[in-house]
Amino acid sequence: MERPLTKNIHPGRPPLNLKDYEMTGGYSALRKIMAGMSPKDVQQAVQDSNLKGRGGAGFNTGMKWSFVPMDEKGGPTKYLIANADEMEPGTFKDRLLLEGNPHQLIEGMIIAAYAIQANISYIFLRWAYKAAAKCLEESIHEAYHAGYLGENILGTGYRLEMYLHTGAGRYMCGEETALLNALEGKRAMPRAKPPFPQVSGLFGKPTIVNNVETLCCIPHIINNGAEWFKSLSYSEDGGTKLYGVSGKVNKPGAWELPMGVTMRELIEEYAGGMKNGYQLKGVLPGGASTDFLTVQHLDLKMDFKSVAAAGSRLGTGTMIVMDDATCPVGFVHNLQHFFAQESCGWCTPCREGLPWVEKLLLSLEKGTGTEEDIDLLQQHTQWLGPGNTFCALAPGAMEPLQSALKYFRDDFDRHVKEKKCPYHHNHH
Amino acid sequence: MLTEEEIKAIDHEASRVPHKKAALIDALKIVQQQRGWVSDESVSDLAEYLEISPAEVDSVATFYNLIFRRPVGSNVILLCDSISCYVMHYEEIYASLKDKLGVAFGQTTEDGLFTLLPNACLGCCDRAPAMMINHDLYTDLKPEQLDTILMKYK
Ligand SMILES: Cc1cc2nc3c(=O)[nH]c(=O)nc-3n(C[C@H](O)[C@H](O)[C@H](O)COP(=O)(O)O)c2cc1C
Ligand code: SF4
Repeated sequence: MERPLTKNIHPGRPPLNLKDYEMTGGYSALRKIMAGMSPKDVQQAVQDSNLKGRGGAGFNTGMKWSFVPMDEKGGPTKYLIANADEMEPGTFKDRLLLEGNPHQLIEGMIIAAYAIQANISYIFLRWAYKAAAKCLEESIHEAYHAGYLGENILGTGYRLEMYLHTGAGRYMCGEETALLNALEGKRAMPRAKPPFPQVSGLFGKPTIVNNVETLCCIPHIINNGAEWFKSLSYSEDGGTKLYGVSGKVNKPGAWELPMGVTMRELIEEYAGGMKNGYQLKGVLPGGASTDFLTVQHLDLKMDFKSVAAAGSRLGTGTMIVMDDATCPVGFVHNLQHFFAQESCGWCTPCREGLPWVEKLLLSLEKGTGTEEDIDLLQQHTQWLGPGNTFCALAPGAMEPLQSALKYFRDDFDRHVKEKKCPYHHNHH
Repeated sequence: MLTEEEIKAIDHEASRVPHKKAALIDALKIVQQQRGWVSDESVSDLAEYLEISPAEVDSVATFYNLIFRRPVGSNVILLCDSISCYVMHYEEIYASLKDKLGVAFGQTTEDGLFTLLPNACLGCCDRAPAMMINHDLYTDLKPEQLDTILMKYK
């Protein structure tokens, strides 16, 4: 089984420096495009590989790039941004790539920037990733020194600057248009679309924002071709995927595997199964803002299409396992507390609705909730659903709630009937 | 007044963006790194230096979770309270910290040594529960480990 993104990453060992990276074939993809691929060729290769964005939405990356104006109308300034904000609760995959092989990201960024002819690039890194910040700073420095960044890359006349920007902590910074505002020194509020960032993004210039894992795939696609990339996958979405499992399993962790492995393989094989004495009750397949799946979905293939067909989303591909000793109402309350706190406050359903949802769930947990409260929760899943809010934060927040009401309705009802949390004694 | 060192650091950040005011978030972080928090006086100083209104500076400063507009202790403890840490019982760590420090979330110990804050996901969900003290990350936490960890900062 090929693991192009992580084969040279050995957790616990220091990250690959420039020499190590070059010894493993690093920067050969950059040399290849500089020796004779046009920006359009690069875009086409990536589009053909069927690489879908790993930041959560799953849009074809090459197609996204193709919306950037390539004639004079695009103007002389364009931007390429790596989204390394990774603040989706339960998500810890980009950290592995950033801390393990920073040059892989940098090479991916240079190739992506070349494909849209951007001259300035930023890495938007979440503040908490202190170790990643240090090795990225060093690696960017090394890349400048080696002539992979700067005025005249590999003597071709192509110029690219790269800067590291660390945030100040806010979930909204990961939403791509809010990220642009944060980079402009403003509050991280989302922007209206259209215009799309590909046309008018950072400082009003054409901009591409891609997830770290997405960008790390690029050098391998260029080196080995679109067909090879597609062949790595068990599904029609190309490539491998970094999957993760957290919760009460024996070996929580993250692994690069063919896109489309089943949930059963991930939990039972890679994560070593549930801890002794615990049963699996539910799974959020791709971060806090995805719908629950349950035991009946264990043989589901974890690719974008299959997970969507089962009523959820692959999201970030890092799953959170809920065991049978954890209260589903308490679990969802924890999530809604997060979303209510991180709402940017721009639109009313989200600003007002999320704190209300949080309060309703808390009263259920305390034993003072009623049947009407459960109905109200149900209604909120529509009021805050797709189409009613300015960005995807609120609809994302409703995904675990609506599916908890669907799969674990009994547990909600028991809180009302027994006037307490029936799980409370299970906390040990 | 901004110090020379602060101004130098802010100018460096401003050189990477087309307008000076785009460096505001970095500027806030620079001031906080030097002084521990961002006072009203620093808000005015930054507004003047970046040529924007103090209200704008304050609206940005208060938006971000990790810009402190009130003084904090000499060490800031950020305990993750997000979902994977919830499943792995971060609440036991919180109860133990409360007990040992005598403060709840949002408070600073009387001796000014520690401020205890809840924090959204630290991105190490496979090693939950987790917390950060200043720049140091602690994972797979157990209440029994807290004494030894806290000693390092006393
Ligand atoms: C509230 C919110 C938070 C997000 N956070 C992140 C994030 O931390 N990292 C990320 O790559 N994408 C995040 N996204 C998705 C981005 O908006 C965007 O789709 C993604 O960065 C595009 O990259 P991709 O096409 O490579 O997936 C977030 C979206 C929303 C609505
Ligand atoms: S949905 Fe929430 S986070 Fe998104 S714009 Fe509206 S208030 Fe802000």
